[in-house]
Amino acid sequence: MWDYSDKVKEHFFNPKNAGAVADANATGEVGSISCGDALRLTLKVDDATEVILDAGFQTFGCGSAIASSSVLTEIIKGMTIDEALKVTNQDIADHLEGLPPEKMHCSVMGREALQAAIANYRGEEWTDDHEEGALICKCFAIDAVMIEEMVWANKLRTVEDVTNFTKAGGGCASCHEDIEAILEKVLAEKGEKFDYEAAPVKQPVVAEVKLPLTNLQRIKKIEQVLESLRPSLMADGGDVELVEVIGNTAYVNMTGACNGCQMAAMTIAGIQQRLMEVMGEFIKVVPASEMSKLVNIA
Amino acid sequence: MTDIYLDNNATTKVDRAVVDVMIPYFLEQYGNPSSIHKFADGVAKAIKNARQQVQALIGCEHDSEIIFTSCGTESNSTALLSAIKAQPNKKEIITTTVEHPAILSLCEALEKEGYTIHRMPVDRAGRLNLDAYKKLLSDQVAIVSVMWANNETGTIFPVVEMAELANAAGVMFHTDAVQAVGKIQMMLQDTKIDMLSLSGHKLHSPKGIGVLYLRRGTRYRPLLRGGHQERGRRAGTENTASIVGLGKACELALEHIEFENTKVKAMRDRLERGITEQIPHCFVTGDMNNRLPNTTDIAFEYIEGEAILMLLNKAGIAASSGSACTSGSLEPSHVMRAMDIPYTAAHGTIRFSFSRYNTLHEVDEVLKVMPGVVATLRKLSPYWDGDGPVVNPEQAFKPTYA
Repeated sequence: MWDYSDKVKEHFFNPKNAGAVADANATGEVGSISCGDALRLTLKVDDATEVILDAGFQTFGCGSAIASSSVLTEIIKGMTIDEALKVTNQDIADHLEGLPPEKMHCSVMGREALQAAIANYRGEEWTDDHEEGALICKCFAIDAVMIEEMVWANKLRTVEDVTNFTKAGGGCASCHEDIEAILEKVLAEKGEKFDYEAAPVKQPVVAEVKLPLTNLQRIKKIEQVLESLRPSLMADGGDVELVEVIGNTAYVNMTGACNGCQMAAMTIAGIQQRLMEVMGEFIKVVPASEMSKLVNIA
Repeated sequence: MTDIYLDNNATTKVDRAVVDVMIPYFLEQYGNPSSIHKFADGVAKAIKNARQQVQALIGCEHDSEIIFTSCGTESNSTALLSAIKAQPNKKEIITTTVEHPAILSLCEALEKEGYTIHRMPVDRAGRLNLDAYKKLLSDQVAIVSVMWANNETGTIFPVVEMAELANAAGVMFHTDAVQAVGKIQMMLQDTKIDMLSLSGHKLHSPKGIGVLYLRRGTRYRPLLRGGHQERGRRAGTENTASIVGLGKACELALEHIEFENTKVKAMRDRLERGITEQIPHCFVTGDMNNRLPNTTDIAFEYIEGEAILMLLNKAGIAASSGSACTSGSLEPSHVMRAMDIPYTAAHGTIRFSFSRYNTLHEVDEVLKVMPGVVATLRKLSPYWDGDGPVVNPEQAFKPTYA
């Protein structure tokens, strides 16, 4: 039996806002029926104020999926859609007083349904860029897809590398056999051979950072980390340029071979992960091309 | 209302009579059976007695064919690893897609070491194709390992016939019978089964005790070396109290085997009929004509199993599910997938497994609760609308990233 918080149980046994909103003008449908979790979120948004007047959910899924859906509707009711877009999956989990690591994906599904519904309201197409794999590291909730991407993007070769880059395996260490299996598989795809005695690729920059950072400190630190990553990018004929830092969001240009490369998204994810580790705070890395959509630079 | 336990394929309550015979081996006769003093006096004899009680239940020729292990999983690992070590030139293993992870995970690991694993598929009712099986048998096969009865659906495989075929082809045959022992009458001495695994906690003895039956004359290599115990075939100081308890449990199981197949079966059938008659859009999985008497596995369409279990648990009813969420994996049960049960039903499978401790009154209590549980969750389901599923469910709800 999962160790669910009282809050999860409360929302599961007495879900709020179950069912579709009758005169909804925004619908988001996300999830994966093969994994056993899928959610339809319907919203009634006031066209003048963009305030979410009503929210309803229909969920095929387990206890925590239903609880996450229920609490999400409670969180967003009364918010404007711009405010709602800032709701993270961690917010959903926090409102539920935590979720077991295996169940964090339920909160992710909630956030994605919200994004999908708002995109639907705005007449945009919403696509999911997030692929989920089997949960490998239960201590830090890292899945197989994430580890594979990091192994590809950063040319990782050992379990220690994987732990340095993703945290996976850094806790109880019982997933090391599974991580080795991933390394074996990915390295075989790259035509290399996994050697458990190989030296780690490189030690990540380990630096004590005192929080909170000023924006200037943050920018300097980000530059420093990008500098340390540059050699591996340049080895592939690419490069990265820091364009702007707004709050916790770093806007970057991927240049050279990285520009338009199919792996660019992975590389960005890798950079983001490294930044978060070194800086000890949440950093979002976004291509600079997205910047005009979000902020008014003038 | 007292809580209702319908999860006996997961594990069982220890019989009071079993606990009673065990106590002296903790408090009085706690000596090492190998020692020569009064604390060990009679312990070896008690173990021999237990061995004969197990022998009687599975109908093997000699009591020395019984090897006590720590669990069903150890018995399974010992059987497969022994077969490949004792026959180093044979590099193939035949098994099924619906085995317990105790076999499947081991086979996966052996596959990485270069073994070829033939995993026989099952049809929609969970049955094997024996013609395909015959074609796989060859002198390259080290061992066939097929479960006697499936833990999720209760479907029984024709292991006696399959062992004959293997024997005729000169191939060793093992069966994981942890669900079958005590529920199906067996007489191993009349079969060609070379090895069989059983687990104590599935038949009202404690957890942490199992048996590997090893037919006399079968080539064998121990998993654990380091002592003369079990005639050198499984080293390690005997788990005396549990061995004695397992012996008693086997004696009781033999006494109740008819009860299992009449009274327990009647309870199972009543529950199954009651549920399928009262609740729309649910169906029984597995081979309904050839099942364990105590098991029913029912798929409730358009809802998810863990949510069902949580509501049942709140009502004081314990069962289990083949959904992905209950196990923390990304896929529903491999058994449901192997039978090609659609995802919208596979995630909603609930297994009710009975024991001789259940009552007809409990069945009626579950029948009162179950329709409400299913209706509650269907009200939340995007596949459900009012009194029935939405028209064309797969089309009506198509989440992004499926």
